[in-house]
Amino acid sequence: MAAIEIRNISKSYRDIRAVQDISLKVDEGEIFGLIGPDGAGKTTLFRIMTTLMLADSGSGEICGHDIVRDYYGIRKIIGYMPGKFSLYQDLSVRENLEFFATLFGTTIKDNYDNIKEIYSQIEPFRDRRAGKLSGGMKQKLALCCALVHRPSVLFLDEPTTGVDAVSRKDFWTMLRRIRSSGVTIFVSTPYMDEAALCDRLALIQNGGIIGSGTPEEIVSAYPYRILAVKGPSMYPLLKALRKIDGTVSCFSFGDCHHVAYDPARTCREAILGKAAEEGFADCSAEEISPGIEDCFMQLSGKWILN
Amino acid sequence: MDTELNAIEIRNLTKRFGNFTAVDNISFNVRNGEIFGFLGANGAGKTTAMRILCGLSRPSEGEGTVAGYDIRNEQEKIKRNIGYMSQKFSLYPDLTVGENIRLFGGIYGLNDRQIREKTEEMLSMLDLRQERDKYAGSLPLGWKQKLSFCIALIHDPRIIFLDEPTGGVDPETRRRFWELIYDTAEKGTTIFVTTHYMDEAEYCDRVSVMVDGKIAALDSPENLKTRFSARNMDEVFRIIAGRAEREERP
Repeated sequence: MAAIEIRNISKSYRDIRAVQDISLKVDEGEIFGLIGPDGAGKTTLFRIMTTLMLADSGSGEICGHDIVRDYYGIRKIIGYMPGKFSLYQDLSVRENLEFFATLFGTTIKDNYDNIKEIYSQIEPFRDRRAGKLSGGMKQKLALCCALVHRPSVLFLDEPTTGVDAVSRKDFWTMLRRIRSSGVTIFVSTPYMDEAALCDRLALIQNGGIIGSGTPEEIVSAYPYRILAVKGPSMYPLLKALRKIDGTVSCFSFGDCHHVAYDPARTCREAILGKAAEEGFADCSAEEISPGIEDCFMQLSGKWILN
Repeated sequence: MDTELNAIEIRNLTKRFGNFTAVDNISFNVRNGEIFGFLGANGAGKTTAMRILCGLSRPSEGEGTVAGYDIRNEQEKIKRNIGYMSQKFSLYPDLTVGENIRLFGGIYGLNDRQIREKTEEMLSMLDLRQERDKYAGSLPLGWKQKLSFCIALIHDPRIIFLDEPTGGVDPETRRRFWELIYDTAEKGTTIFVTTHYMDEAEYCDRVSVMVDGKIAALDSPENLKTRFSARNMDEVFRIIAGRAEREERP
Protein backbone atom coordinates (compact mmCIF):
# COMPACT_ATOMS: atom_id res chain seq x y z
CA MET A 1 0.00 0.00 0.00
CA ALA A 2 1.25 3.47 -0.85
CA ALA A 3 1.66 5.93 2.01
CA ILE A 4 0.13 8.66 -0.12
CA GLU A 5 -1.78 8.39 -3.34
CA ILE A 6 -3.69 11.24 -4.93
CA ARG A 7 -5.35 11.29 -8.32
CA ASN A 8 -6.32 14.27 -10.48
CA ILE A 9 -6.58 16.74 -7.63
CA SER A 10 -7.68 20.25 -8.63
CA LYS A 11 -8.53 23.29 -6.53
CA SER A 12 -9.41 26.86 -7.47
CA TYR A 13 -9.91 29.97 -5.39
CA ARG A 14 -12.46 31.94 -7.36
CA ASP A 15 -10.72 32.43 -10.72
CA ILE A 16 -7.26 31.38 -9.54
CA ARG A 17 -6.43 27.77 -10.32
CA ALA A 18 -4.15 26.91 -7.41
CA VAL A 19 -3.75 23.19 -8.12
CA GLN A 20 -4.51 21.59 -11.46
CA ASP A 21 -4.96 17.89 -11.99
CA ILE A 22 -2.18 16.65 -9.74
CA SER A 23 -1.56 12.94 -9.26
CA LEU A 24 1.18 11.59 -7.00
CA LYS A 25 2.14 8.35 -5.33
CA VAL A 26 4.48 8.20 -2.36
CA ASP A 27 5.81 4.87 -1.09
CA GLU A 28 6.08 3.96 2.56
CA GLY A 29 9.26 5.03 4.26
CA GLU A 30 10.51 7.44 1.61
CA ILE A 31 11.31 11.11 1.70
CA PHE A 32 9.25 12.69 -1.06
CA GLY A 33 10.02 16.30 -1.97
CA LEU A 34 7.57 18.76 -3.51
CA ILE A 35 9.83 21.37 -5.02
CA GLY A 36 8.78 24.69 -6.48
CA PRO A 37 8.66 28.45 -5.95
CA ASP A 38 6.24 30.47 -3.82
CA GLY A 39 2.75 30.50 -5.29
CA ALA A 40 3.18 27.19 -7.14
CA GLY A 41 0.37 25.50 -5.17
CA LYS A 42 2.42 23.57 -2.60
CA THR A 43 0.53 24.69 0.49
CA THR A 44 -2.87 24.11 -1.13
CA LEU A 45 -1.86 20.55 -1.92
CA PHE A 46 -0.68 20.05 1.68
CA ARG A 47 -4.00 21.30 3.03
CA ILE A 48 -5.93 18.93 0.80
CA MET A 49 -3.79 15.93 1.73
CA THR A 50 -3.95 16.72 5.44
CA THR A 51 -7.78 16.96 5.23
CA LEU A 52 -7.88 20.67 6.10
CA MET A 53 -9.43 21.59 2.77
CA LEU A 54 -11.59 19.87 0.18
CA ALA A 55 -10.42 19.57 -3.39
CA ASP A 56 -12.80 20.68 -6.15
CA SER A 57 -12.18 17.38 -7.90
CA GLY A 58 -9.97 14.32 -7.66
CA SER A 59 -9.48 11.67 -5.02
CA GLY A 60 -6.80 10.27 -2.77
CA GLU A 61 -5.80 8.17 0.20
CA ILE A 62 -3.28 8.51 2.99
CA CYS A 63 -2.23 5.04 4.18
CA GLY A 64 -5.42 3.70 2.63
CA HIS A 65 -7.72 6.27 4.27
CA ASP A 66 -9.83 8.33 1.88
CA ILE A 67 -8.94 12.03 2.16
CA VAL A 68 -12.62 13.06 2.20
CA ARG A 69 -14.65 10.28 3.81
CA ASP A 70 -12.03 9.15 6.29
CA TYR A 71 -10.53 12.47 7.32
CA TYR A 72 -10.74 11.55 10.99
CA GLY A 73 -8.69 8.40 10.49
CA ILE A 74 -6.07 10.38 8.60
CA ARG A 75 -5.70 13.04 11.27
CA LYS A 76 -4.73 10.39 13.82
CA ILE A 77 -1.92 8.95 11.74
CA ILE A 78 -0.27 12.02 10.27
CA GLY A 79 1.93 14.74 11.67
CA TYR A 80 1.73 18.15 10.04
CA MET A 81 4.11 21.05 10.34
CA PRO A 82 2.67 24.06 8.52
CA GLY A 83 4.92 26.65 6.90
CA LYS A 84 3.80 29.29 9.35
CA PHE A 85 4.69 28.73 13.02
CA SER A 86 1.41 27.50 14.50
CA LEU A 87 2.12 26.44 18.06
CA TYR A 88 0.80 28.31 21.07
CA GLN A 89 3.12 31.26 21.66
CA ASP A 90 1.95 31.71 25.25
CA LEU A 91 2.51 28.11 26.25
CA SER A 92 5.98 26.93 27.22
CA VAL A 93 7.98 24.42 25.20
CA ARG A 94 6.95 21.63 27.55
CA GLU A 95 3.29 22.73 27.65
CA ASN A 96 3.02 22.80 23.87
CA LEU A 97 4.41 19.32 23.60
CA GLU A 98 2.13 18.02 26.37
CA PHE A 99 -0.85 19.66 24.70
CA PHE A 100 -0.23 17.97 21.37
CA ALA A 101 0.48 14.61 23.00
CA THR A 102 -2.82 14.87 24.91
CA LEU A 103 -4.76 15.81 21.79
CA PHE A 104 -3.62 12.57 20.23
CA GLY A 105 -4.43 10.58 23.37
CA THR A 106 -0.86 9.84 24.30
CA THR A 107 1.90 11.15 26.60
CA ILE A 108 5.40 12.50 26.13
CA LYS A 109 6.69 9.69 28.29
CA ASP A 110 5.24 6.95 26.08
CA ASN A 111 6.82 8.37 22.96
CA TYR A 112 9.91 9.95 24.37
CA ASP A 113 12.31 7.79 22.38
CA ASN A 114 10.60 8.97 19.18
CA ILE A 115 11.39 12.63 19.81
CA LYS A 116 14.35 12.30 22.18
CA GLU A 117 17.01 13.26 19.70
CA ILE A 118 15.36 16.50 18.65
CA TYR A 119 13.72 17.31 21.96
CA SER A 120 16.98 17.00 23.88
CA GLN A 121 18.26 20.01 21.93
CA ILE A 122 15.43 22.24 23.18
CA GLU A 123 14.91 20.64 26.57
CA PRO A 124 17.19 23.20 28.30
CA PHE A 125 14.52 25.77 27.32
CA ARG A 126 11.54 23.65 28.34
CA ASP A 127 10.02 26.40 30.49
CA ARG A 128 10.46 29.17 27.92
CA ARG A 129 7.37 30.36 26.09
CA ALA A 130 7.26 29.17 22.50
CA GLY A 131 6.87 32.75 21.27
CA LYS A 132 10.24 33.62 22.83
CA LEU A 133 12.22 30.92 21.04
CA SER A 134 14.63 31.57 18.18
CA GLY A 135 13.62 30.48 14.68
CA GLY A 136 15.72 27.33 14.83
CA MET A 137 14.31 26.28 18.19
CA LYS A 138 10.73 26.99 17.14
CA GLN A 139 11.28 24.71 14.19
CA LYS A 140 12.58 21.90 16.40
CA LEU A 141 9.66 22.28 18.79
CA ALA A 142 7.17 22.21 15.92
CA LEU A 143 8.81 19.07 14.62
CA CYS A 144 8.59 17.42 18.06
CA CYS A 145 4.89 18.34 18.31
CA ALA A 146 4.29 16.81 14.88
CA LEU A 147 6.11 13.61 15.87
CA VAL A 148 4.94 13.08 19.46
CA HIS A 149 2.08 10.73 18.50
CA ARG A 150 4.27 8.51 16.27
CA PRO A 151 2.65 9.41 12.95
CA SER A 152 2.96 7.14 9.92
CA VAL A 153 3.29 10.09 7.56
CA LEU A 154 4.92 13.40 8.35
CA PHE A 155 3.91 16.45 6.29
CA LEU A 156 6.40 19.32 6.38
CA ASP A 157 5.46 22.47 4.49
CA GLU A 158 8.60 24.50 3.71
CA PRO A 159 10.45 23.70 6.93
CA THR A 160 13.69 25.30 5.67
CA THR A 161 12.43 28.55 4.15
CA GLY A 162 14.45 31.49 5.44
CA VAL A 163 16.86 29.13 7.19
CA ASP A 164 20.60 29.57 6.57
CA ALA A 165 22.64 27.04 4.61
CA VAL A 166 24.25 25.43 7.68
CA SER A 167 20.97 24.96 9.58
CA ARG A 168 19.26 23.65 6.45
CA LYS A 169 21.84 20.90 6.22
CA ASP A 170 21.33 20.00 9.89
CA PHE A 171 17.59 19.86 9.34
CA TRP A 172 17.94 17.39 6.49
CA THR A 173 20.22 15.21 8.59
CA MET A 174 17.41 15.15 11.15
CA LEU A 175 14.87 14.19 8.44
CA ARG A 176 16.98 11.25 7.31
CA ARG A 177 17.11 9.96 10.88
CA ILE A 178 13.34 10.28 11.21
CA ARG A 179 12.91 8.35 7.98
CA SER A 180 15.11 5.55 9.25
CA SER A 181 12.53 4.97 12.00
CA GLY A 182 10.03 4.10 9.25
CA VAL A 183 8.11 7.37 8.94
CA THR A 184 7.15 8.51 5.44
CA ILE A 185 8.06 12.15 4.92
CA PHE A 186 6.35 14.49 2.47
CA VAL A 187 8.28 17.75 2.44
CA SER A 188 8.08 20.90 0.33
CA THR A 189 10.84 23.40 -0.37
CA PRO A 190 11.66 26.26 -2.71
CA TYR A 191 15.38 25.36 -2.54
CA MET A 192 16.36 23.26 -5.55
CA ASP A 193 19.60 22.09 -3.91
CA GLU A 194 17.52 20.10 -1.41
CA ALA A 195 16.16 17.94 -4.24
CA ALA A 196 19.21 15.67 -4.18
CA LEU A 197 18.39 14.78 -0.55
CA CYS A 198 14.95 13.36 -1.44
CA ASP A 199 14.34 9.74 -2.44
CA ARG A 200 11.82 10.90 -5.01
CA LEU A 201 10.42 14.28 -5.85
CA ALA A 202 7.94 16.24 -7.91
CA LEU A 203 8.64 19.64 -9.42
CA ILE A 204 5.66 21.98 -9.19
CA GLN A 205 5.01 25.25 -11.02
CA ASN A 206 1.78 27.22 -11.52
CA GLY A 207 -0.34 24.53 -9.87
CA GLY A 208 0.90 21.66 -12.01
CA ILE A 209 3.54 18.95 -11.74
CA ILE A 210 6.16 19.55 -14.43
CA GLY A 211 8.38 16.57 -13.62
CA SER A 212 8.70 13.75 -11.09
CA GLY A 213 10.82 10.75 -10.22
CA THR A 214 14.09 10.07 -8.42
CA PRO A 215 16.65 12.88 -8.72
CA GLU A 216 18.60 10.63 -11.13
CA GLU A 217 15.55 10.00 -13.32
CA ILE A 218 14.75 13.69 -13.59
CA VAL A 219 18.33 14.54 -14.49
CA SER A 220 18.63 11.76 -17.07
CA ALA A 221 15.49 12.97 -18.86
CA TYR A 222 17.14 16.35 -19.54
CA PRO A 223 17.07 16.79 -23.32
CA TYR A 224 20.09 19.04 -23.90
CA ARG A 225 23.77 19.22 -23.00
CA ILE A 226 25.26 21.75 -20.66
CA LEU A 227 28.53 23.63 -20.80
CA ALA A 228 29.78 25.36 -17.67
CA VAL A 229 31.53 28.46 -19.02
CA LYS A 230 33.80 30.80 -17.08
CA GLY A 231 35.49 33.94 -18.29
CA PRO A 232 36.97 37.21 -17.09
CA SER A 233 33.91 39.48 -17.39
CA MET A 234 30.97 37.31 -16.56
CA TYR A 235 27.97 39.54 -17.16
CA PRO A 236 28.92 40.70 -20.67
CA LEU A 237 29.87 37.09 -21.38
CA LEU A 238 26.37 35.98 -20.34
CA LYS A 239 24.77 38.32 -22.84
CA ALA A 240 27.14 37.22 -25.61
CA LEU A 241 26.59 33.50 -24.97
CA ARG A 242 22.83 33.92 -25.26
CA LYS A 243 23.17 35.17 -28.82
CA ILE A 244 25.11 32.16 -30.05
CA ASP A 245 23.24 29.99 -32.52
CA GLY A 246 22.37 26.53 -31.20
CA THR A 247 22.39 27.53 -27.53
CA VAL A 248 19.00 26.92 -25.98
CA SER A 249 19.44 28.94 -22.83
CA CYS A 250 22.12 30.54 -20.72
CA PHE A 251 21.96 31.50 -17.04
CA SER A 252 24.36 32.15 -14.18
CA PHE A 253 25.00 29.26 -11.82
CA GLY A 254 27.34 30.46 -9.10
CA ASP A 255 30.81 31.06 -10.51
CA CYS A 256 29.99 29.88 -14.06
CA HIS A 257 27.28 30.18 -16.69
CA HIS A 258 25.32 27.13 -17.72
CA VAL A 259 24.90 27.11 -21.47
CA ALA A 260 22.31 24.57 -22.56
CA TYR A 261 22.79 23.58 -26.18
CA ASP A 262 21.36 21.20 -28.70
CA PRO A 263 24.15 18.77 -29.72
CA ALA A 264 22.50 18.35 -33.11
CA ARG A 265 23.05 22.04 -33.84
CA THR A 266 26.32 23.00 -32.19
CA CYS A 267 29.17 21.80 -29.97
CA ARG A 268 31.62 22.96 -27.33
CA GLU A 269 34.25 24.09 -29.85
CA ALA A 270 31.74 26.02 -31.94
CA ILE A 271 30.37 27.81 -28.88
CA LEU A 272 33.87 28.71 -27.64
CA GLY A 273 34.81 29.85 -31.16
CA LYS A 274 31.78 32.14 -31.36
CA ALA A 275 32.51 33.51 -27.91
CA ALA A 276 36.09 34.27 -28.99
CA GLU A 277 34.77 36.10 -32.05
CA GLU A 278 32.70 38.24 -29.71
CA GLY A 279 35.83 39.14 -27.75
CA PHE A 280 35.71 36.46 -25.07
CA ALA A 281 38.80 34.47 -25.94
CA ASP A 282 39.87 33.55 -22.42
CA CYS A 283 36.90 31.37 -21.59
CA SER A 284 37.00 27.93 -20.11
CA ALA A 285 34.16 25.51 -20.82
CA GLU A 286 33.46 22.16 -19.26
CA GLU A 287 30.77 19.63 -20.17
CA ILE A 288 28.73 18.96 -17.03
CA SER A 289 25.67 16.97 -16.02
CA PRO A 290 22.56 19.03 -15.35
CA GLY A 291 21.38 19.62 -11.82
CA ILE A 292 17.76 19.67 -10.65
CA GLU A 293 17.73 23.44 -11.03
CA ASP A 294 18.72 23.13 -14.72
CA CYS A 295 15.92 20.58 -15.14
CA PHE A 296 13.38 22.76 -13.37
CA MET A 297 14.21 25.69 -15.62
CA GLN A 298 13.92 23.57 -18.74
CA LEU A 299 10.68 21.89 -17.62
CA SER A 300 9.07 25.15 -16.52
CA GLY A 301 9.16 26.16 -20.18
CA LYS A 302 9.85 29.81 -19.51
CA TRP A 303 13.16 29.80 -21.35
CA ILE A 304 14.28 32.19 -23.96
CA LEU A 305 14.62 29.85 -26.88
CA ASN A 306 17.07 30.99 -29.50
CA MET B 1 37.58 58.09 6.11
CA ASP B 2 37.16 58.39 2.40
CA THR B 3 33.54 58.89 1.45
CA GLU B 4 34.54 59.63 -2.15
CA LEU B 5 35.74 56.07 -2.54
CA ASN B 6 33.42 54.29 -0.17
CA ALA B 7 29.63 54.24 -0.03
CA ILE B 8 29.74 52.69 3.44
CA GLU B 9 32.48 53.01 6.06
CA ILE B 10 32.05 51.33 9.40
CA ARG B 11 34.53 51.42 12.29
CA ASN B 12 34.25 49.36 15.49
CA LEU B 13 30.49 49.13 15.35
CA THR B 14 28.88 47.47 18.35
CA LYS B 15 25.24 47.04 19.28
CA ARG B 16 24.12 45.67 22.61
CA PHE B 17 20.67 44.74 23.83
CA GLY B 18 20.96 44.49 27.62
CA ASN B 19 23.87 42.16 28.23
CA PHE B 20 23.63 40.60 24.77
CA THR B 21 26.09 41.86 22.14
CA ALA B 22 24.29 41.41 18.83
CA VAL B 23 26.97 43.16 16.76
CA ASP B 24 30.46 42.92 18.18
CA ASN B 25 33.00 45.52 17.06
CA ILE B 26 32.77 45.19 13.28
CA SER B 27 34.65 47.35 10.77
CA PHE B 28 34.35 47.29 6.99
CA ASN B 29 34.03 49.44 3.90
CA VAL B 30 31.80 49.05 0.88
CA ARG B 31 33.19 50.73 -2.24
CA ASN B 32 31.12 52.86 -4.53
CA GLY B 33 29.51 50.82 -7.28
CA GLU B 34 30.33 47.52 -5.63
CA ILE B 35 27.98 44.55 -5.23
CA PHE B 36 28.56 43.62 -1.61
CA GLY B 37 27.14 40.37 -0.22
CA PHE B 38 26.36 40.41 3.49
CA LEU B 39 26.13 36.80 4.62
CA GLY B 40 25.73 35.08 7.96
CA ALA B 41 23.77 32.35 9.67
CA ASN B 42 20.39 33.14 11.27
CA GLY B 43 21.10 35.03 14.45
CA ALA B 44 24.64 36.11 13.51
CA GLY B 45 23.69 39.80 13.76
CA LYS B 46 23.04 40.68 10.11
CA THR B 47 19.64 42.25 10.63
CA THR B 48 20.83 44.34 13.58
CA ALA B 49 23.82 45.62 11.60
CA MET B 50 21.69 46.33 8.57
CA ARG B 51 19.15 48.28 10.63
CA ILE B 52 21.95 50.56 11.83
CA LEU B 53 23.27 51.05 8.30
CA CYS B 54 19.77 52.02 7.15
CA GLY B 55 19.39 54.60 9.91
CA LEU B 56 16.73 52.63 11.79
CA SER B 57 18.76 51.92 14.93
CA ARG B 58 21.62 53.64 16.74
CA PRO B 59 24.92 51.90 17.45
CA SER B 60 25.95 51.37 21.07
CA GLU B 61 29.54 52.10 20.08
CA GLY B 62 31.54 52.81 16.97
CA GLU B 63 31.22 55.20 14.08
CA GLY B 64 30.70 55.24 10.39
CA THR B 65 29.07 56.77 7.37
CA VAL B 66 26.51 55.54 4.89
CA ALA B 67 26.22 57.51 1.64
CA GLY B 68 28.46 60.07 3.31
CA TYR B 69 26.23 60.63 6.36
CA ASP B 70 27.00 59.80 9.96
CA ILE B 71 25.26 56.69 11.30
CA ARG B 72 25.10 58.27 14.78
CA ASN B 73 23.38 61.56 14.11
CA GLU B 74 22.41 61.92 10.45
CA GLN B 75 19.94 59.08 10.24
CA GLU B 76 17.23 61.05 8.45
CA LYS B 77 19.74 62.02 5.74
CA ILE B 78 20.79 58.40 5.41
CA LYS B 79 17.18 57.34 4.89
CA ARG B 80 16.78 59.89 2.10
CA ASN B 81 19.90 58.70 0.32
CA ILE B 82 19.48 54.94 0.39
CA GLY B 83 17.00 52.54 -1.12
CA TYR B 84 15.68 49.51 0.76
CA MET B 85 13.88 46.42 -0.42
CA SER B 86 12.79 43.65 1.92
CA GLN B 87 11.94 40.07 1.08
CA LYS B 88 8.42 40.70 2.27
CA PHE B 89 6.43 42.47 -0.43
CA SER B 90 5.99 45.96 0.98
CA LEU B 91 4.27 47.90 -1.76
CA TYR B 92 0.58 48.64 -1.33
CA PRO B 93 -1.27 45.64 -2.78
CA ASP B 94 -4.53 47.53 -3.24
CA LEU B 95 -2.95 50.41 -5.10
CA THR B 96 -2.22 49.98 -8.80
CA VAL B 97 1.30 49.74 -10.17
CA GLY B 98 1.14 53.37 -11.31
CA GLU B 99 -0.27 54.56 -7.97
CA ASN B 100 2.50 52.81 -6.03
CA ILE B 101 5.14 54.50 -8.12
CA ARG B 102 3.44 57.89 -7.61
CA LEU B 103 3.10 57.36 -3.87
CA PHE B 104 6.74 56.45 -3.28
CA GLY B 105 7.92 59.16 -5.67
CA GLY B 106 5.94 61.66 -3.62
CA ILE B 107 7.28 60.33 -0.32
CA TYR B 108 10.84 60.83 -1.57
CA GLY B 109 10.00 64.39 -2.67
CA LEU B 110 9.98 64.01 -6.44
CA ASN B 111 7.89 66.60 -8.27
CA ASP B 112 5.07 65.69 -10.67
CA ARG B 113 7.24 65.92 -13.75
CA GLN B 114 9.95 63.71 -12.24
CA ILE B 115 7.33 61.19 -11.13
CA ARG B 116 5.85 61.09 -14.65
CA GLU B 117 9.28 60.53 -16.16
CA LYS B 118 10.23 57.88 -13.61
CA THR B 119 6.94 56.08 -14.15
CA GLU B 120 7.48 55.88 -17.91
CA GLU B 121 11.10 54.83 -17.48
CA MET B 122 10.24 52.09 -15.00
CA LEU B 123 7.26 50.69 -16.86
CA SER B 124 9.20 50.38 -20.09
CA MET B 125 12.32 48.98 -18.42
CA LEU B 126 10.27 46.30 -16.63
CA ASP B 127 7.95 45.77 -19.57
CA LEU B 128 5.03 46.52 -17.27
CA ARG B 129 3.14 49.01 -19.43
CA GLN B 130 0.14 46.72 -19.81
CA GLU B 131 -0.02 46.29 -16.03
CA ARG B 132 0.05 49.96 -15.09
CA ASP B 133 -3.56 50.00 -13.89
CA LYS B 134 -3.52 46.58 -12.26
CA TYR B 135 -3.36 46.17 -8.50
CA ALA B 136 0.21 45.56 -7.33
CA GLY B 137 -1.05 42.67 -5.19
CA SER B 138 -2.28 40.83 -8.27
CA LEU B 139 1.10 40.71 -10.05
CA PRO B 140 3.09 37.46 -10.23
CA LEU B 141 5.81 37.22 -7.57
CA GLY B 142 8.69 37.87 -9.98
CA TRP B 143 7.16 41.13 -11.19
CA LYS B 144 6.32 42.23 -7.68
CA GLN B 145 9.98 41.91 -6.79
CA LYS B 146 11.22 43.74 -9.86
CA LEU B 147 8.71 46.51 -9.21
CA SER B 148 9.74 46.74 -5.54
CA PHE B 149 13.37 46.94 -6.65
CA CYS B 150 12.74 49.76 -9.11
CA ILE B 151 10.60 51.68 -6.63
CA ALA B 152 13.40 51.39 -4.07
CA LEU B 153 15.56 53.16 -6.68
CA ILE B 154 13.02 55.88 -7.52
CA HIS B 155 14.99 58.66 -5.79
CA ASP B 156 18.32 57.62 -7.37
CA PRO B 157 19.95 56.58 -4.10
CA ARG B 158 23.70 56.00 -3.96
CA ILE B 159 23.16 52.66 -2.24
CA ILE B 160 20.40 50.10 -2.28
CA PHE B 161 19.95 47.57 0.51
CA LEU B 162 18.37 44.30 -0.58
CA ASP B 163 17.30 42.00 2.25
CA GLU B 164 16.91 38.48 0.83
CA PRO B 165 15.38 39.80 -2.37
CA THR B 166 15.07 36.41 -4.08
CA GLY B 167 13.63 34.20 -1.32
CA GLY B 168 11.11 31.70 -2.67
CA VAL B 169 11.18 32.76 -6.33
CA ASP B 170 11.66 30.32 -9.18
CA PRO B 171 15.19 29.68 -10.49
CA GLU B 172 14.82 31.67 -13.69
CA THR B 173 13.22 34.71 -12.05
CA ARG B 174 15.93 34.63 -9.40
CA ARG B 175 18.60 34.89 -12.11
CA ARG B 176 16.71 37.55 -14.04
CA PHE B 177 16.56 39.54 -10.83
CA TRP B 178 20.34 39.33 -10.50
CA GLU B 179 20.70 40.59 -14.05
CA LEU B 180 18.68 43.62 -12.95
CA ILE B 181 21.11 44.01 -10.04
CA TYR B 182 24.07 43.91 -12.45
CA ASP B 183 22.48 46.51 -14.73
CA THR B 184 21.92 48.77 -11.73
CA ALA B 185 25.48 48.31 -10.43
CA GLU B 186 26.85 49.12 -13.90
CA LYS B 187 25.12 52.50 -13.66
CA GLY B 188 27.11 53.17 -10.48
CA THR B 189 24.64 52.32 -7.72
CA THR B 190 26.18 50.46 -4.79
CA ILE B 191 24.41 47.19 -3.96
CA PHE B 192 24.31 45.78 -0.42
CA VAL B 193 22.59 42.41 -0.49
CA THR B 194 21.80 39.51 1.87
CA THR B 195 20.88 36.05 0.65
CA HIS B 196 20.57 32.44 1.74
CA TYR B 197 21.37 31.21 -1.78
CA MET B 198 25.08 30.56 -1.84
CA ASP B 199 25.29 30.55 -5.64
CA GLU B 200 24.23 34.21 -5.41
CA ALA B 201 27.19 34.91 -3.14
CA GLU B 202 29.34 34.14 -6.18
CA TYR B 203 27.71 37.00 -8.06
CA CYS B 204 29.00 39.59 -5.57
CA ASP B 205 32.24 41.53 -5.98
CA ARG B 206 33.02 40.98 -2.31
CA VAL B 207 31.33 39.04 0.44
CA SER B 208 31.41 39.27 4.23
CA VAL B 209 30.36 36.43 6.52
CA MET B 210 29.13 37.30 9.99
CA VAL B 211 29.51 34.79 12.80
CA ASP B 212 28.47 35.46 16.40
CA GLY B 213 28.22 39.21 15.85
CA LYS B 214 31.66 39.54 14.23
CA ILE B 215 32.80 39.63 10.63
CA ALA B 216 34.61 36.32 10.35
CA ALA B 217 35.69 36.76 6.74
CA LEU B 218 35.55 39.45 4.07
CA ASP B 219 36.96 39.08 0.57
CA SER B 220 36.08 38.36 -3.04
CA PRO B 221 34.39 34.97 -3.60
CA GLU B 222 37.48 33.89 -5.57
CA ASN B 223 39.88 34.66 -2.72
CA LEU B 224 37.61 33.10 -0.10
CA LYS B 225 37.40 29.88 -2.07
CA THR B 226 41.18 29.78 -2.41
CA ARG B 227 41.79 30.56 1.24
CA PHE B 228 39.40 27.88 2.52
CA SER B 229 40.28 25.38 -0.24
CA ALA B 230 36.58 25.23 -1.13
CA ARG B 231 34.99 24.42 -4.47
CA ASN B 232 32.19 26.92 -4.06
CA MET B 233 30.74 29.54 -1.72
CA ASP B 234 28.42 27.01 -0.15
CA GLU B 235 31.45 25.18 1.24
CA VAL B 236 33.08 28.44 2.29
CA PHE B 237 29.92 29.43 4.16
CA ARG B 238 29.62 26.08 5.88
CA ILE B 239 33.24 26.20 7.01
CA ILE B 240 33.01 29.75 8.38
CA ALA B 241 29.45 29.79 9.72
CA GLY B 242 29.84 26.24 11.04
CA ARG B 243 32.17 27.66 13.68
CA ALA B 244 29.37 29.65 15.30
CA GLU B 245 29.10 29.15 19.02
CA ARG B 246 26.13 31.19 20.05
CA GLU B 247 22.51 30.15 19.72
CA GLU B 248 20.26 32.22 17.57
CA ARG B 249 18.21 34.75 19.51
CA PRO B 250 14.47 35.23 19.07
